[in-house]
Amino acid sequence: MRILIVGGGTGGTILANNLARRLASEIRSRKVKLTMLSASDKHMYQPGLLYVAFGQMTPDQLYRDQQSLLEPGIDFHVDPAEEFQLDNNKVITKSGKTHEYDMLVIATGSRIAPEQIPGMSEGADTFYSEAGAVKMFKRLREIEEGTIAVAVGVPHKCPIAPVELVFALHDYFTAKGIRDKIKIKYHYPIGRIHTIANVATWAKPEFDRMGIEYETLFNVKEVDPENKVVRSEEGTETKYDMLIAIPPHTGMEVVEKNNLGTGGWIPTDRHRLTMEGYDNVYVLGDTTNLPVSKTGSAAHFEAEVVAENIASIIKIGIPVRDYDGKVYCFIETGHDSATHAMFDYKNPPDLKPSSKPMHWFKMAYNQMYWSSVRGLL
Amino acid sequence: MSDTNKVIDARDTFCPGPLMELITHMKQAEVGETLELLSTDEGSGNDVPEWVNKVGHELVSSEKIDGVWHIFIRKMK
Repeated sequence: MRILIVGGGTGGTILANNLARRLASEIRSRKVKLTMLSASDKHMYQPGLLYVAFGQMTPDQLYRDQQSLLEPGIDFHVDPAEEFQLDNNKVITKSGKTHEYDMLVIATGSRIAPEQIPGMSEGADTFYSEAGAVKMFKRLREIEEGTIAVAVGVPHKCPIAPVELVFALHDYFTAKGIRDKIKIKYHYPIGRIHTIANVATWAKPEFDRMGIEYETLFNVKEVDPENKVVRSEEGTETKYDMLIAIPPHTGMEVVEKNNLGTGGWIPTDRHRLTMEGYDNVYVLGDTTNLPVSKTGSAAHFEAEVVAENIASIIKIGIPVRDYDGKVYCFIETGHDSATHAMFDYKNPPDLKPSSKPMHWFKMAYNQMYWSSVRGLL
Repeated sequence: MSDTNKVIDARDTFCPGPLMELITHMKQAEVGETLELLSTDEGSGNDVPEWVNKVGHELVSSEKIDGVWHIFIRKMK
């Protein structure tokens, strides 16, 4: 049995390690071959980018060697997939190598696409890349007064990040002693300040208390860097001194190039996590077209389900679990407090009160991630 | 609805939520296409038409059947 995992991010790595443990004897006896393809020999802890943007972490703290995170039984190649031949059970890589499989998992993730919004690349700062986060921190250190506008593209990874950003901005400039000289204006695509109703209800009085201005039903149409104006599809505009954008995201180019899904998102069964039309192809994390959060947390819980099902198919011939839509989110509410929420397809997020211990736990999790991605947590 | 180009199944989801899903798919659609949004979120009956009207698309119809909103929207720009 040949299992091929394409993608070495959170979902792919947790899946590979989980499978390597579940199928250790089958791998040793060569009944199972477990192969992973990745575009990089490094693994990034992406949630750390928000801390880099506020000078609380440096980029080198976000990386580990991918090979060091993997169980010994995993055949790892830094050689990204270029061509998917799903009807022939083959994947061809950038180097020209052909990998045949019996079961395929596609976990290639997503990427920021600021180029979809005219002027966004030139006019906005962002913390969704290493270079962007460092540049944003330099800019935050320089600005002494004026309006910082926050604009949110759709869809985007980590839906809680926009409100975490606003709380962090408030605390950063408060600590610097210039909060009264900085106007923070938050813009959000739908008619409340966060897509999760409970988060919106909880955050609104917090925004009011902190003096955060907000405009809802604001979908970014264009950025005019020359005049420092951001305009919405809905016909409004805001002048800014610094614009921080949550860029729109797309799936990876290789998914689009191979016509696996519109926008780079692969049509996926919401419970089985198989690609529509292919029972031997699974899809994980950001790569799916599922209406669930594009977060490491969703990828993590999906990976556990897929690992259990692939292992059980090999051992007893049938899958044993459905994905229930489970997602868990930490929510940083400033530089010294946090809250959290958990939800699934049937149970809405139940927001807990913000506290300092939850922030400390999030700080600990930033290190525990490396155990998590090894499949140990 | 026979001329519907795409169905967006956002039932039983809370984040990013039905309206965010609609905005995502609307970006990918062609002008003139009609999308059907399925949602079990009680708020969709109000917040989807509010956004559709504000941004300038056309709300073709909106109906709740057996607890599921079926909202048809035509992309106008």
